[in-house]
Amino acid sequence: MRKTAAAISLGIVIAFLVAAAFLIHPFGYPPSAMDDYMIQNAQSETGTNNVVASVVFDYRGYDTLGEATILFTAVTGVVMLFRARKKGEK
Amino acid sequence: MMMSKIVRTISNISVLLVFIFGLYLVMHGHVTPGGGFQGGAVLASGAAMIIVAFGSYNVQKRLKEHHLSILESSGGLIFIGLAFGGLATIFFYNFLVGSPIFGHIPPSGPNPGDVWTGGVIPLMNIAVGLKVLAGLSAIVLVMALASSGIEVEE
Repeated sequence: MRKTAAAISLGIVIAFLVAAAFLIHPFGYPPSAMDDYMIQNAQSETGTNNVVASVVFDYRGYDTLGEATILFTAVTGVVMLFRARKKGEK
Repeated sequence: MMMSKIVRTISNISVLLVFIFGLYLVMHGHVTPGGGFQGGAVLASGAAMIIVAFGSYNVQKRLKEHHLSILESSGGLIFIGLAFGGLATIFFYNFLVGSPIFGHIPPSGPNPGDVWTGGVIPLMNIAVGLKVLAGLSAIVLVMALASSGIEVEE
């Protein structure tokens, strides 16, 4: 029973992957109007010459917030691992 | 453990160049390639060079780990606060474009570049640079202290 369910779900995943491989846009073709919009309007909307910075800090600010959270968590973990023990603490 | 006098002298001189390059990367992140993460990593590499050359015991007399943690947290809070500043329109809205602070708008297309542009983006670059500098320096300092066997009271 479990093997049958696993085989069916694996088949569905493989079918999606094969379909995605055949239905993908041709190389170099813009898949959406988003990148054209950013290239056209980033300088007038955010005032930055560096369009990458405007994407990272303005259009996709959530992503940068996540990266900052990852760094914060990593620093917290390392400091917690290497901190000095107090006397009598195991 | 301190390294030899040659290493200490050379790193004393070259850490200035490393810090200047890192500050340049942070401050010009909205004009040229670079930004807060990259510039902060360069600054933290300068701090790591000082820690390696002078030894973690001598560095931790001047540079405490909890000060670095406070710096890192304040950088993150400035970043989130700037993101909340545009909440009147939408989260992460660039509310400083056209204002007196970093408010110039460059002409579209190739142009010579102007540092006083970008609205909230240069301030976010500074905040993220502070955060990355303090975080990576704290990691290097704490690991160096632990590997040299020095017990630091909290």
